[in-house]
Amino acid sequence: MTRRQRRLTMIGCALAVLACAAGLVLYALRDSIVFFSTPSMAAEQHIAPGKRFRLGGLVQPGSLVCGGSQVSFEVADGGSKLPVTYKGILPDLFREGQGVVAEGALDASGTFRADTVLAKHDENYMPKDVADALKKQGHWKDDYDRKVAQNMKGASCAHGG
Amino acid sequence: MIAEAGHYALVLALGLALIQSFVPILGARWSDPALMNVARSTALAQFLFVAGSFAALVMLHVTSDFSVLNVYENSHSLKPLIYKITGVWGNHEGSMLLWVLILALFGGLVAALGNNLPLSLRAHVLAVQAWIAGAFYLFILTTSNPFLRIPNPPIEGRDLNPVLQDIGLAVHPPMLYLGYVGFSIAFSFAIAALIEGRIDAAWARWVRPWTLMAWIFLTLGIAMGSYWAYYELGWGGWWFWDPVENASLMPWLAGTALLHSALVMEKRNALKVWTILLSILTFSLSLLGTFLVRSGVLTSVHAFASDPTRGVFILLILCVFIGGSLSLFAGRASSLKQGGLFAPISREGALVLNNLFLTTACATVFIGTLYPLALEVLTGDKISVGAPFFNLTFAPLFVPVMIAVPFGPMLAWKRGDLLGAAQRLLAAGIAAMIAIAIAWAWARGGSALAPLAIGLAIFVVVGAIVDLIERIGLFRNPLAISLRRATGLPRSAWGTAFAHAGIGIALIGIVCETTWNSEYIGTMKPDEITKLAGYELKLDGLSQRQGPNYRELLAAFTVSLDGKKLSTMTPSKRSFTTRGTSTTEAALLTRGVSQLYISLGDTSADGGITVRIYHKPLVLLIWFGPVLMAFGGVLSLSDRRLRVGAPKPARAQGRLQAAE
Repeated sequence: MTRRQRRLTMIGCALAVLACAAGLVLYALRDSIVFFSTPSMAAEQHIAPGKRFRLGGLVQPGSLVCGGSQVSFEVADGGSKLPVTYKGILPDLFREGQGVVAEGALDASGTFRADTVLAKHDENYMPKDVADALKKQGHWKDDYDRKVAQNMKGASCAHGG
Repeated sequence: MIAEAGHYALVLALGLALIQSFVPILGARWSDPALMNVARSTALAQFLFVAGSFAALVMLHVTSDFSVLNVYENSHSLKPLIYKITGVWGNHEGSMLLWVLILALFGGLVAALGNNLPLSLRAHVLAVQAWIAGAFYLFILTTSNPFLRIPNPPIEGRDLNPVLQDIGLAVHPPMLYLGYVGFSIAFSFAIAALIEGRIDAAWARWVRPWTLMAWIFLTLGIAMGSYWAYYELGWGGWWFWDPVENASLMPWLAGTALLHSALVMEKRNALKVWTILLSILTFSLSLLGTFLVRSGVLTSVHAFASDPTRGVFILLILCVFIGGSLSLFAGRASSLKQGGLFAPISREGALVLNNLFLTTACATVFIGTLYPLALEVLTGDKISVGAPFFNLTFAPLFVPVMIAVPFGPMLAWKRGDLLGAAQRLLAAGIAAMIAIAIAWAWARGGSALAPLAIGLAIFVVVGAIVDLIERIGLFRNPLAISLRRATGLPRSAWGTAFAHAGIGIALIGIVCETTWNSEYIGTMKPDEITKLAGYELKLDGLSQRQGPNYRELLAAFTVSLDGKKLSTMTPSKRSFTTRGTSTTEAALLTRGVSQLYISLGDTSADGGITVRIYHKPLVLLIWFGPVLMAFGGVLSLSDRRLRVGAPKPARAQGRLQAAE
């Protein structure tokens, strides 16, 4: 093989691999990404039951019901509210009145069935998605996160801890 | 006083960096050795001043001087001493100071150990290091000064985020930074080579050990971070494809590729332009990682800085360095002469294949990490790209790499014999088949992917062993000769075998943990028994305890297997009073390389407690693999070839050794 042929083989291989990778990426981007939504955005967009998305907002004070490992609460963003059920252990930073991001899908009755609830281990106690969404809707005050930090006594499921 | 001294030392370091940025380059232009040697002194002095500045910050944290804002926000007088020290880099300002400390350390090391480098190359390398250092000193001094005072000092601090008060996280950032910043050396050498328009095998001989060292630290740092997430975050996950994790994975992938291409360059003087490009890309990805983590631009578990001025400043640094270096590359790369020829089937060819797949895999991670960001900026849509995306793209690209791994070391340089290599790898292939059959039978059907992946992993591990056996001629020669050949084998050969076996072992752990882990989530009352994976776990009772700066709820479990008591496990939940937050301390019981994992949820009114119990088979292999890889790296680093360096005339030998 001449130098030129060798180089062409190499470039051909590289292009083939890149094409495969590009195909995989496009395929994966179509199927496995999850959109973020707040309760009012979810209400506007009429998200179909069963379609996965991330729901972000504040845990509505007084809405938390703990029953063993099955919990339910409401996520609110000032505009509207959405009931959420979750089976499992809530993260350490989960409190009423605080920001939360849950991933899952709506069921037929319009309840959001979460399979993961994320509490961001963020020193500002507020997931960025939630903060941005709240800011956009004008429910954000500049000292909000600090106030939340001070009011960490909001109810959680804990009794002894 | 200490704070002001620390601040002042940092300003002086900036001044030194500015001098080091242009004086040595002018010296190289005018061929003036005195000017070029300025770089050596300034690099060493810079390190001293930054070290002094860092020591000042440590001192402030240890003595709990709450008149300093950084100490007030991240420390507490009751915090144990070890976390007072590690808390220094548990926050944005302190961790940036650690970043520049390590950068200055590497600069100082090049200055101290680089006596056998051509004078102008050393001058250029140190000047480029000073550009990076200068930019980051400016960043710290203007946007994230850790030495700011509070006019009315409070009596008590706000304490460090409790999840960060952990020994794993104390060691994780320095390791990671040693890796990130270590790649700056390869970057500086690449830029220096482009400025000089000259590059040779000696260049690669210098770059490779530094890259290898950075790679070892990065490997260990990533593994440690992953283990920390596993036991501290309380849900037993060890990799989340979180942007911050990806930020460290990308330089690792590019760095691994660089390690291999530098090998080709050193041995065969080929792939020069590509190696230069990879050096630039690897450090650019490290900078990108710093940007992602430090600017808080992505929603993430770790992103705890969210000041926009900082983000913009780092973005500016990022653009100037990446844009500048790539433009320089575009302008000058064609002037570098092409080196040795090789056939597609050869060790060089295998290493090119490795590079191709590693960089492509790195690119998919890059897209998955930055696509949500780009989309949000362009359309305002918020999406999250999670594990499914990476499993679909990253995994298929990594499979060919794994298949190629055992072949690489078996092929000869220049022109290899694929059939011969395949014959020698027959044993590994057979072992892989047996492993697939056993895994298939043991799992009784189920997913076909898991046994295949285990077979692949076994192929890699056995392939590494076969390579060693071939090299020392075990079974072909008498044992004594084989042993002698084993001791005579270059350490880099051992290093390669260990590192390659390490990936295989990590893969076994990953596959077993994800496929066959079992979990129980539910509420348990005292004296209740839960059965999981053959183990019986009895909740003995709950108790309270007071720690130094937290209150703790402990649950005691008795674990027994087949009616025999094995051990007790005591997971706990800690509430940190100052911040009003709590952390979950999981209890781990190690059986061989498998683990039982218990973490606590909340107590209920009727005296029960929610628990999460996992049985994770072979989970420890996930971290043994990287440790083995790093060990292989250390072996390779201690290879005689790298210690001795380029052949020198007999007279110069004495001085060279003294310099080490």
